Amino acid sequence: MHAIEKILAKNSGRKEVHAGEIVTAKVDFAEINDLYLQTVYSFYEMGGEKVWDNERCAFVFDHYAPTPDIKSAQNHKEMREFAKKNYLKYHFDTNCGVCHQVMPEAGLAYPGMILVATDSHTTTHGAFGAFGTGVGATDMASILLTGELWFRVPEVIEVRLDGTTSQGVYPKDVILTVLGKLKADGAVYKAIDFTGSYVDQLNVAGRMTICNMAVEMGAKTAYMQPNQDVLDYVNARAVRPFEVQYSDPDFEYEESHQFDVSIIGPTLSCPDSVDNVATLSDVVSQGDVEVDQGYVGSCTGGRTEDIAEAARILKGHRIPKYKKLIVVPASAEVMEECMEKGYMKDLILAGATIATPGCGACLGAHQGILAAGEVCISSTNRNFPGRMGSTEAKIYLASPATVAASILAGKITDPREVVEVGQ
Amino acid sequence: MKSFFRGQIIVVGNNIDTDQIYPGHFLALTDPKEIASHCLAGVDETIAENFPKNGLVVAGKNFGCGSSREHAPIALINMGASAIIADSFARIFYRNSINLGMPLIVCKGISQRVADGQNLSVDIKTGTVTIEETGEIMHGENLSNQAMKILEAGGIKPLMKARMAKLRVQPIDSKN
Repeated sequence: MHAIEKILAKNSGRKEVHAGEIVTAKVDFAEINDLYLQTVYSFYEMGGEKVWDNERCAFVFDHYAPTPDIKSAQNHKEMREFAKKNYLKYHFDTNCGVCHQVMPEAGLAYPGMILVATDSHTTTHGAFGAFGTGVGATDMASILLTGELWFRVPEVIEVRLDGTTSQGVYPKDVILTVLGKLKADGAVYKAIDFTGSYVDQLNVAGRMTICNMAVEMGAKTAYMQPNQDVLDYVNARAVRPFEVQYSDPDFEYEESHQFDVSIIGPTLSCPDSVDNVATLSDVVSQGDVEVDQGYVGSCTGGRTEDIAEAARILKGHRIPKYKKLIVVPASAEVMEECMEKGYMKDLILAGATIATPGCGACLGAHQGILAAGEVCISSTNRNFPGRMGSTEAKIYLASPATVAASILAGKITDPREVVEVGQ
Repeated sequence: MKSFFRGQIIVVGNNIDTDQIYPGHFLALTDPKEIASHCLAGVDETIAENFPKNGLVVAGKNFGCGSSREHAPIALINMGASAIIADSFARIFYRNSINLGMPLIVCKGISQRVADGQNLSVDIKTGTVTIEETGEIMHGENLSNQAMKILEAGGIKPLMKARMAKLRVQPIDSKN
């Protein structure tokens, strides 16, 4: 069995499970973000009274942090009331950050667990050797009632990443390259196991960046075998004892894709689809691409390591007049760390607009929405039409370093040209 | 459960994500009718108001990819779509739709065979899709047993409601 199958088997009380089977598995933690008041409505519609376990579910208010209008404020109010009524042990209000960053920080994401959240990017937790998957409001309400959910055991695709990236190339460039090959429906209903020497040495932040975007290929979940960095992180934080699962040596992947990361350069996902991937050098060789806004943030590109790269490039410089740079730390903890290290000051002096930790404009809710005709270069995970505002705006996805270099130059720019960058 | 649908279609392309089905700036809305009025606004803002009665949506591959927002199937159902036929669907959207009792038929190649305004007949038990204007019959995939079980119950809510009611009765029984 694969480690993912072992997790599903353990939580469904079986010795073995195999791809294609339907199992009903216990959920170790259920997390509801603030787009999903419908979860509360569905819970009551299905006859719910109290949640199954008040220590295993929590709300995270991240998409509207803080609330931009009366309606979202009302939604938060109703969710708070539900949380209070159920005496939920954990609660993450508008002062915390993006759910996928907040969960591991709070010790609620750890190896071998099943973490279900009302957010497609729950694949992020594969970075910790957990089974993380996204569901909608009504599936989540079923979990709140019973503590379990049915799953189809997924086939597992191996994405093998070997080698070491060159200077100026980041985990975001690696996952965009993978996406360009596997495409937006390359892993629908399936799991992606990222393996190889690059993954073995990758830090927690880089692992999260990559696993986060597995869902952009349609994946149900992502997985990376925990390394020492991961174990150090979760040992210091996990709220429960955990067991790391390992795939059997004879496990056979449904398919396998190999990448040599040493030949990857700065990479872009071009408008209007995540899998419309091109190398930065190919894009700029066709002519200058002017940008109006840079955006550093989100559950894939708003961690300390991401903000550090943007600050390194922008320190001592000033973005051009009539350009905007929005920086949204993924969490309050990230923001605090970036303040201590001086990154926030460097960015503010460089002309950045700092927004509250949360999802911000990544999904077009607030804090940096785009107008028709505007072009944004962003370290986020989606560039569908209308994702960050007007359907007539254009979004390029790139590493935080590329975002910083581009907004500084006012056009898409290779970060290696701006200053010498470190890893 | 109603298993036969007939209606006029609208056709949308490949990789229509849930932001295009239901744009992010409407996500705070909770009234299903209001939600429905913005359905597919990211593709064309006029679709919802002009959607034919008992209409069907035909899509290319990977329909419903992206965000897990349940607003997407809520919008489609309340706009009046009685079923969706696509080359393929994204996973979370698929679960959400079946949970809410909306049938989805995977019918590879359908989006290339039809045009806006045509009429389709769909039998979800057999997966048969008939294009009325041309008489062409296509064979979609059968729904899984799990999906059929949920659809037959009218969605996951009635199923769970029955299960919860049963659970509440049990403790009283055990005392007797």
